[in-house]
Amino acid sequence: MSLLEVKNLQVRVEEREILHGLSLTVNPGEVHAIMGPNGSGKSTLSHVIAGKPGYEVTGGEILFRGEDLLEMAPDVRAAKGVFLAFQYPVEIPGVATMNFLRTALNAQRKARGESEFSTPDFLKKVREVAASLNIPQDMLRRGVNVGFSGGEKKRNEVLQMALFQPSLCILDEMDSGLDIDALRVAADGVNALRSPDRAMVVITHYQRLLNYIVPDFVHVMSKGRVVKSGGKELALELEASGYAQFEDAA
Amino acid sequence: MNVAVAKNETGRPLSDSFAVARDRLPGAAEARRAAFEAYERTGLPSRRIEDWKYTDLRALMREVLPLAPAPDAAALKGAAAALKLQAVRGARRLVLLDGVFAPKLSDLGELDKGLSIRTLREVLEAGDAALQAQLFSPDSVNPMVALNSAMMTDGVVIDVANGAVLKQPLQIVHVASGAVPAAMFTRSMLRLGKDAGVTLVESYIAADGARAYQLHDSLIAVIGDNSRLDHVRLVEDSREAFNISSALLTLGAHAHFNTFGMASGAGVSRYQATIAFAGEGSKVETNGVNLLNGKQHADTTLFMDHAVPNCSSREIFRAVVDDSGHSVFQGRIVVRPHAQKTDAKMMTRALLLSDDAEADNKPELEIFADDVTCGHGATTGALDESLLFYLRARGLSEKEAQALLIQAFVGEAIESIVNDDLRELAITAAQRWLEARA
Repeated sequence: MSLLEVKNLQVRVEEREILHGLSLTVNPGEVHAIMGPNGSGKSTLSHVIAGKPGYEVTGGEILFRGEDLLEMAPDVRAAKGVFLAFQYPVEIPGVATMNFLRTALNAQRKARGESEFSTPDFLKKVREVAASLNIPQDMLRRGVNVGFSGGEKKRNEVLQMALFQPSLCILDEMDSGLDIDALRVAADGVNALRSPDRAMVVITHYQRLLNYIVPDFVHVMSKGRVVKSGGKELALELEASGYAQFEDAA
Repeated sequence: MNVAVAKNETGRPLSDSFAVARDRLPGAAEARRAAFEAYERTGLPSRRIEDWKYTDLRALMREVLPLAPAPDAAALKGAAAALKLQAVRGARRLVLLDGVFAPKLSDLGELDKGLSIRTLREVLEAGDAALQAQLFSPDSVNPMVALNSAMMTDGVVIDVANGAVLKQPLQIVHVASGAVPAAMFTRSMLRLGKDAGVTLVESYIAADGARAYQLHDSLIAVIGDNSRLDHVRLVEDSREAFNISSALLTLGAHAHFNTFGMASGAGVSRYQATIAFAGEGSKVETNGVNLLNGKQHADTTLFMDHAVPNCSSREIFRAVVDDSGHSVFQGRIVVRPHAQKTDAKMMTRALLLSDDAEADNKPELEIFADDVTCGHGATTGALDESLLFYLRARGLSEKEAQALLIQAFVGEAIESIVNDDLRELAITAAQRWLEARA
């Protein structure tokens, strides 16, 4: 069974249709890149998969391990293994990062009927992962993302991914606002999480990110649907020729 | 205003009750009579009195209940169990049960050097004229202060001598046993000498089964030169109870008053405090939180009186209101003509969790000096949708996500409490409200 099946998805925001029949199949172990110009519907796709309010699905379906994902609340999706790394992670003043991580992890475990982590085990695990991502301990004591640089915010997303061990990671424009060094650290963190039973959907405007996170498949989106799919060489083609050809095609 | 009608509606039954209770009240008969007459001129305040516009006691309370009977053995037992709710490790506990000092539940042993504690009853019965004048000093223009002056039954009178800096917090715990619906009237006084320091906690709780009681409380605090008072006030009365409290605080020179108040209990509560600067170079920090759901109504009315130059005050007030709860904050700052270099700021932030929730903020600045920094601000809104989605995308249910954001919002205020144990006390009180909501 496929991990994720998006079939003929049609989505509206307010009165405007953003996705006009998008299909995508992702199997465990695969890394898919979704590329496309601004306004092609890339972020809308990621939001609808994660369950963000404000989107109206007018047609099609999304199956996650064969189950109807659209029927599930966002927290249920998270507990089932769907993880969205946000393009713009929010700042939550007054909620210490460590407290947030523990609350979220235990909420997911509880929803799955697993026992909650004990505090020492949890702290040990967070420290290990944080060290591998160059996240200093004092960052974990601060409010979630409060006063974090762009790179730190993205690393905090990767930290959560490593901690929650989701089976589907959607990385929404992970490269936006990152310099090359910050990008490399975040990408290394993501690559360390690649595994035969985990899939990733990497959404990006630029080919650059795909030098660091090398995809198995590349899909080009334009005007709300996938207009071309191919291997990783498609990304290089795009870099050379641009998106204009697809905008005309769509 | 139709005074005659007002009297018929509310004044008459109480004046009978005052006549009945008068003989049970300790001392100061003349001052009590004058205070009661002042109360009778308006009776229970209605919305036609500007200061009570949002808290119409004539509509909410309708009548003042008869004076609570002296607590019996059953009341004492119920209260002893209830004390666990706001137990503070290491604090000296002073319990007022149904408005009467309860020595058996209080800790009067081994008083620190420079600390004296007496009951209001013994002080009034002793008849010290100067002390009595001070106890009746709050302004009887406010009807509920006047009523409290007329009816005050007991309380604690605490003196901290010059130079005494007490490590142990003092905790006044008001417990209602609620055997019968009744009213309690208490007044306490804290006099802090020069170069002194103390932490005062005021806790308001109810024993199991206590329901529709009325607590009328007041506090007079005098903070001497170079002294510091840390103050924490937690209202966790029963959901059917009324808590009508007043405070009059006066600061000498170079004094510091840090206060945190939170109302998460009581059906209707009003806290009206006057903070007066009497000496230069002093500083006041007030933090307040209302946590309301169901039909809870909580009103905080502060009057910051900058009567002298070079003082600063900060008021930060937060409200979290769910269901058809109603939160009121009225903040009046007066800077008198010679109070130059005053630095006074006031901020209110309300979080509304339902369509029927209401938060009223009324700032009033009256500035008669020209070289001052004064300001006020207010925000009102719902929980941030983007934060809620982020938390839900990480696995928190809607209620869990809301609770975490509310905790964060309230936590910023609780941070202002210096003492670790008291900060913990406030956090657990807020958690109790959140858990009851979930």
